[in-house]
Amino acid sequence: MAKISLTVDGSKVSDDVEPRTTLVQYLREKLGKTGTVVGCDTSNCGACTVHLDGTSVKSCNVLAVQVDGASVTTIEGLAKDGVLHPVQESFRDCHGLQCGYCTPGMIMQSVALLEENPDPTEEEIRLGLEGNLCRCTGYQNIVKAVKQAAGSGAGASTAGAVAEEMDS
Amino acid sequence: MTTTQDRPTEVAKEIGKERRRKEDQRLITGRTRWTDNIVLPGMLHLAMVRSPFAHAKITSIEKTEAEASPNVVAVLTGADLGESQGVLINAWAITTDQVTPTHLPCPSDKVSFAGEIVAVVVARTQAEARDAAELVDVEYEELPAALDLKKSANDEVLAHPDLGTNKSAFWKFDSLEAGTGSSIDEAIEKARADGVVIEREYRQQRLIPAFMEPRSTVVDPTGEQITMWSATQVPHILRFALAATTGVSESKIRVIAPDVGGGFGGKLQTTPEEWLTFAIANRLGKPVKFTETRSESLMVAHHGRDQWQKLTLAADKEGNVLGLKVDLLADLGAYVSLVGGGVPVLGAFMFNAIYKFPAYQFNCQTVLTNKTWTDAYRGAGRPEATFGIERMMSELAAELDMDPLELREKNWIKHEEFPFTTVAGLEYDTGNYEAATALAREMFGYDELRAEQKRRRDAGDKVQLGIGISTFTEMCGLAPSRVLGQLNYGAGGWEHASVRMLATGKVEVVTGVSGHGQGHETAFSQIVADRLGVAFDDVEVLHGDTQIASKGLDTYGSRSLVVGGEALVKAADKVIEKAKPVAAHLLEASVDDIEFSGGRFTVRGTDQGMAIGEISAAMFSAHDYPEGMEPSLDSEATYDPVNFNYPHGTHLCAMEVDTETGAVKMRKYVCVDDIGNVINPMIVSGQIHGGLVQGIAQALWEEAVYDDAGTLVSGSFVDYLLPTAADTMNYEIDHTTTPSITNTLGTKGVGEAGTIASTPAVVNAVVDAVRHLGVNDIQMPCTPERVWKAVNGVGAGGEDPTEGAAAAHFDPATGMEGTTDRTTGGTQA
Amino acid sequence: MIPAPFEYLAPTTVEDALAALAEHGDDAKILGGGQSLLPVLRMRLNAPEMVIDLGKIESIRGIRDDGDAIVIGAMTTHAAVGSDPLVAEHAALVSKAVEHLADAQIRHRGTFGGALAHADPAGDLGAPALALGAQFVIAGPGGTRTVEADDFFVDLFETAIGEDEILTEVRIPKHTGWGAHYEKFVRVAHQWPIVAVAAAVRVEGGVIAEARVGLTNMGNTPLRARGVEAALVGVQATEDAVREAAGKAADGTNPPSDLNGESSYRKHLATVLTRRAVVTAAGG
Repeated sequence: MAKISLTVDGSKVSDDVEPRTTLVQYLREKLGKTGTVVGCDTSNCGACTVHLDGTSVKSCNVLAVQVDGASVTTIEGLAKDGVLHPVQESFRDCHGLQCGYCTPGMIMQSVALLEENPDPTEEEIRLGLEGNLCRCTGYQNIVKAVKQAAGSGAGASTAGAVAEEMDS
Repeated sequence: MTTTQDRPTEVAKEIGKERRRKEDQRLITGRTRWTDNIVLPGMLHLAMVRSPFAHAKITSIEKTEAEASPNVVAVLTGADLGESQGVLINAWAITTDQVTPTHLPCPSDKVSFAGEIVAVVVARTQAEARDAAELVDVEYEELPAALDLKKSANDEVLAHPDLGTNKSAFWKFDSLEAGTGSSIDEAIEKARADGVVIEREYRQQRLIPAFMEPRSTVVDPTGEQITMWSATQVPHILRFALAATTGVSESKIRVIAPDVGGGFGGKLQTTPEEWLTFAIANRLGKPVKFTETRSESLMVAHHGRDQWQKLTLAADKEGNVLGLKVDLLADLGAYVSLVGGGVPVLGAFMFNAIYKFPAYQFNCQTVLTNKTWTDAYRGAGRPEATFGIERMMSELAAELDMDPLELREKNWIKHEEFPFTTVAGLEYDTGNYEAATALAREMFGYDELRAEQKRRRDAGDKVQLGIGISTFTEMCGLAPSRVLGQLNYGAGGWEHASVRMLATGKVEVVTGVSGHGQGHETAFSQIVADRLGVAFDDVEVLHGDTQIASKGLDTYGSRSLVVGGEALVKAADKVIEKAKPVAAHLLEASVDDIEFSGGRFTVRGTDQGMAIGEISAAMFSAHDYPEGMEPSLDSEATYDPVNFNYPHGTHLCAMEVDTETGAVKMRKYVCVDDIGNVINPMIVSGQIHGGLVQGIAQALWEEAVYDDAGTLVSGSFVDYLLPTAADTMNYEIDHTTTPSITNTLGTKGVGEAGTIASTPAVVNAVVDAVRHLGVNDIQMPCTPERVWKAVNGVGAGGEDPTEGAAAAHFDPATGMEGTTDRTTGGTQA
Repeated sequence: MIPAPFEYLAPTTVEDALAALAEHGDDAKILGGGQSLLPVLRMRLNAPEMVIDLGKIESIRGIRDDGDAIVIGAMTTHAAVGSDPLVAEHAALVSKAVEHLADAQIRHRGTFGGALAHADPAGDLGAPALALGAQFVIAGPGGTRTVEADDFFVDLFETAIGEDEILTEVRIPKHTGWGAHYEKFVRVAHQWPIVAVAAAVRVEGGVIAEARVGLTNMGNTPLRARGVEAALVGVQATEDAVREAAGKAADGTNPPSDLNGESSYRKHLATVLTRRAVVTAAGG
């Protein structure tokens, strides 16, 4: 067992974990952050994407012991004070989800994408989401949602959110 | 009693509105309830020990070491579980003499496909269960495996030697025998003499549904009722089958399908994992969970398609079709699954498609092999049929040097000919192929693209352009129960709904269909809001729990709206009928003078009226209501469809083919679907986009590949290629509308349309791009290698199997080959 | 899926990491960014008893200018390499290869040294490193040694790094002013390349003065197409002129056959992709 302390969605947490525990397993099983899900074994699907110290990572591909002292934001910490993040809003508005299983990862990656590139072209959006698989939507409305969020200035607001993550 | 409230001038219609989905607030904030999220006190976890061999005798299972592993509660084999494990059913024996192997969830003597469960470890954590599963030492005596479909059909190697054959069932439809058409043999003979006969053999490769949420099951036996949560499309069928095969009373079983992350037919199954979780929870008296890994899911959750199609199309020299003969071989895998051989049989009625064939014959042989079982995958039988006929119509056009759209138009049912009884015996109620095609042609810029294609051909461009067509129809809305009875299906096709009028004016709708991403809560709310004249937000849709929705037949076959929605309409109408006498009573009027519109009951010729919610409240208090009536407006309805439902559409696809590398790139995709009246255009667009991509993926990317030993080599997302956002594009969709006349709302199913239509459109386009180079077929998926070979005259068309080897990306010693999520304990005796 | 149990160490210096490696030997596995190792562990294709995480060693992270070379610390993430102006200016081929390596999340976490040490012949970094003549700085119990790119890649997933050694940095000789292109051929975006070609060329007056060409997934290791390089010298930087030299790309290679294509198809692809890579690198 190893002791870890970190910040998750703005709350400080501290636990003893087995070194083999992946970050996603820790989030789901220890913290009950079941909004983040597992979709594959090979890190292809991106369903488990979270932000680690301000950048998107696949939380199945990170060990919990590696994030000692870090700050993690999950889909559950994206809305602030009950106000949806613009990317969450645009996913709903553009019908960027159906079954919703890929959605947490898709939204977290979209937020990261817009933070790095606030005004992406369609091709940049599509390439930026290549690490996230969706089986329902055919991606068309996801791409539309990211475009719409970019148009609403989500990139800028995201940058703020990420800075906040880094501070906390 | 309020009788003079301000009346809303005109109630806005909900149907047709792009309502944002009610489901989404939870899904976009992570407030979800997937089965794997469920945690119960003292819950135990399962890990499966699976066979690495496709076909082998189990000679011994040594479990002592596993049992001694930390926090292991039990290690159970098939022998330990005995009859308590129940048995998995086939609900559709397509012939009365179908050969159906017994399917135990955990066999004790022999394994029949790689991935079959041979032992189950129960431990306090998932990790500990997995650790111990590595320690179970199973010895096998490997047997020759029946793998290749054609060879298996000849009984060269037997998948189940005790059955004496791999041939499960032979199903035939002949238009002459059925009285729906003339003799196919005569039609072909005539065409051979003075017409054209096109003969082709097409491969429907094996696909994996690959829903994003891996399957998971939790069983809690600690109450009077045993509760099962499962990532399933079919909670009602699951409850029935559990009760029927385990001896537990149906009323003691509650099945809940909570949030379910996609299905596409892949969760239309009753599975060994569900049965074992149920049996072990009952045995131990503790809540038990099993969640599969992606590797397990790809390996053992049922696969789809997997057919060889031998097709013979007879026509005269002017391009009038004379007859179609279909000879199918369909790979069942190791067992006959829930729907099993019924999937290819669903195609029997669709090969003739929208065309007026005078003669038709369909022959299908289902075959057992030592591979993962197959069952429904989005479209189930109909994509295979549509692919076959749409490829053949394009081949006929090429043979006759006709424009493929004109050839189709020459042969299709004209809009004034509906209703039309087809050569397969179905009555198509409505449709207008001319209108959909005209719009698609215009949106696509068909003539301009043809001109560009010619320019590129003439110039000998390295990148050639091809145009593919698919004018599809399908039969959905499964299904009229009497028809299912004639087909020997084990259940009906009705659907149930109830409407509860709550005292607060809210409306609870309970439906027997079980959504898993389709947006039922939103679309059904729109229907009920319009029907009852209540606010969209005042309608709550409940589903997916056999205790709440006690009756239903679940979600598949594009049935939820056209069958489930119609049940809902009928239940809502009963509410109105019940409320009328109450309104008359309270308004002191005659029932005959009561009118209902926009959610209000009014007395004809007066300004007296009451909202339906007020009547609900009055019936709740029940202080004053008509004599002889029950104090309730709640109503239910069970609807059995009178016919299938026939959406159709014209899909046009332009593909660019790099003749130097064989790489293909989609340039443009236009589809105009006629799905009748639309409840929510936004949801419909999502269904079409997603359906298109699954169909396009069959044409270009996906294939479940086995090696010579029967190991699934495309056993992870590294090798089973799902497209990403970067591989897809924006598809241009539109609609023409001929309302269905077999349901009140005039709707047609849309869930499978995109998948059914798109595959042949894409392959037709790829072939069209290089036809001038001597190519008339490219096997699916149209990989760059296959395309390049075809262009270069190497192995074009016919059988061109994919190399049965995966790249070793993760580790030199083991790579990914043959190692997908198996315990390493297996040794060969 | 959950890995088999292991112990975990996160040393903060290379010396401590080497000591841990010396102590645990065969039973230990080095964790860089973990983007290849963690899937292997989760699928239990490997079950080390000890995982030594290099993530806390700051000295082997970062990029610096060292005269005639750019030095990339082994633990520098792909994302950092991809956005680094020094790399873009002096080793553009590396920037191009990193740009589409795996996906954004993997690039945020995966490391330059980790990917090279993993030595997947389908990995995107081997061919550019080889083409640019990278030098691999390897620390071991006896000190530090430098291995030339030609000697670094030994076999499938095997490099010159000894069991008691750690790759600390990669020195890439500056190719300032060279045109570069990484031509990657995939069926879907998230795939490893079926074949890819890394090309860097120095063009003088429309004629190729020098060329460097590396091949991805054309054998058990990344390969350098020296025959192509030699044949390109003095050739006009046009498609037709380059065609003949590119035709030598598959000479002497023995690429794998798998789901995505047979060996012979890969050989054909290599010639087409080499031509395209060189022409694009030359600005054509």
